[in-house]
Amino acid sequence: MSTTTIEIKTALDTMLKPNPHVGKQSSVEVTDYNNRQTVGKITVDHPKMICRGVNVYYGEKHALKNVGIDIGANEVIAFIGPSGCGKSTFLRCLNRMNDTIPVCRVVGQIKLDNDDIYDKSIDVVQLRARVGMVFQKPNPFPKSIYENVAYGPRIHGMVNTKPELDDLVRASLERAGLIKEVEKRLEEPGTSLSGGQQQRLCIARAIAVDPEVILMDEPCSALDPIATAKIEELIDELREKYTIVIVTHSMQQAARVSQRTAYFHLGDLIEVGETDQIFTNPKHKLTEDYITGRFG
Amino acid sequence: MAISHDAHTVKQFDLQLANLRNLVLEMGGLVEDQIKRAIKALDEEDMTAAREVIARDRLINGMQVKIDEDCISLIALRQPVSSDLRTVMALFNTVSELERIGDGTKKVARMTIQIYDGVSSPPSARLLRDVTPMAELAAEMLHNGLDALVRLDVEKALHIIRSDDDLDQEFQSALRRLITYMMEDSRTIGHAINVIFIIKALERIGDHCKNIAEHIVYLVEGKNIQQRRNLDMSLATFAQEKQQEQQP
Repeated sequence: MSTTTIEIKTALDTMLKPNPHVGKQSSVEVTDYNNRQTVGKITVDHPKMICRGVNVYYGEKHALKNVGIDIGANEVIAFIGPSGCGKSTFLRCLNRMNDTIPVCRVVGQIKLDNDDIYDKSIDVVQLRARVGMVFQKPNPFPKSIYENVAYGPRIHGMVNTKPELDDLVRASLERAGLIKEVEKRLEEPGTSLSGGQQQRLCIARAIAVDPEVILMDEPCSALDPIATAKIEELIDELREKYTIVIVTHSMQQAARVSQRTAYFHLGDLIEVGETDQIFTNPKHKLTEDYITGRFG
Repeated sequence: MAISHDAHTVKQFDLQLANLRNLVLEMGGLVEDQIKRAIKALDEEDMTAAREVIARDRLINGMQVKIDEDCISLIALRQPVSSDLRTVMALFNTVSELERIGDGTKKVARMTIQIYDGVSSPPSARLLRDVTPMAELAAEMLHNGLDALVRLDVEKALHIIRSDDDLDQEFQSALRRLITYMMEDSRTIGHAINVIFIIKALERIGDHCKNIAEHIVYLVEGKNIQQRRNLDMSLATFAQEKQQEQQP
């Protein structure tokens, strides 16, 4: 199998099979609500997700230390920080993608609206329909453009008839800003699209199941500036309907697309604030040094 | 958050910022020198020196253009953020204040030429009595402003902001005295008006120095204190924040 196929298979597996051990491992253990190390206001007026005392261990390694933050409804929040700072790890906690890693242990509380997403009663497949994800490399299924988008709604039983499905596929492609480009080639394979189009196809696939939150893990790092600009424009439009959490290595991108920014450093959430404030007057020296390019 | 003094990973960036700062200070030195020359020309009734001051203003304008270009290219090429961005913006704004201070000195020199044009009789000493102390105060404000810019000294900058009140008061009382002279003897009106232009220019120089001080506070603290109301508030918050920082 090629690497792409393996990745797609893994993605499919994670969508369908939750790790049966995870419920036991992720017992709720809220230790410290007032995360002492984080500078700035972690709460928001209308939270969509509330995370408190989140710790992640990869075996012995303490990868994420006591992270507490609210993710506001209909906001774009950017996680920034150097490699290995825990931002992707934290992002993956938000829809339990870490469940697929056997040595990974998540402690703490993460609530989506009022549901504790690590509660035993939570169906992970349903959770991932509510909290969708877009990855760094565009990873369309090796199927037609139509099938890529139709797959999610079909397995979740969201539609009953073919015309309904057609409408949903079209609407999703339209919202992802892709419809004009693919209207006449819906039966062609998704992989025949360009990188930027593939990424928008993945976004269309994510929004087809009508999620509440969309997680994006460096969605533009493999794209050229024009495709990047289109995705950024799309993110801004999607904000009306969804809550978006984006991990990015491009600080300019974080500055452009987000309303709030969170800076992670070696597993600690160092600072959270309005993006405007973070980029003009950060409070913590580590944030300052990182965003101004002083990588000690 | 105060300014980070660590070096950038990209050394060229540090070099460009340092060059920019040096250029601004060089321009500041030039402007400071202009104030001194203009006042000396007035004191010594030296028309040649006054004309020189007017001619040298072009140097200052040229430097402003150069520094503006440097700021713009730095923003375009390096995309500075946070303290770097505040540094560039504060320097950019400081430069336009310096240019206006330069214009003020040119005005003093122009008035000097008008007063001692050789046609009318020179003014009595009491008309010019307030000029020198005001000029000294304005020159001191500029000197302190440049000093505070080098050291990023917020305390000093706040001191300049306060001393602008002194200069304003000096201006008001000088104006009142000049009005009295004019009422006493209408023959002094011609000279008195020129002197009013001079002290007004000096008062404006003080305002520009105050603005520079405000840019310095913005640079260091990231807070805009351009209004008196905000100043009192930010002084209070400074004190509070400093206290909080000291507590573990």
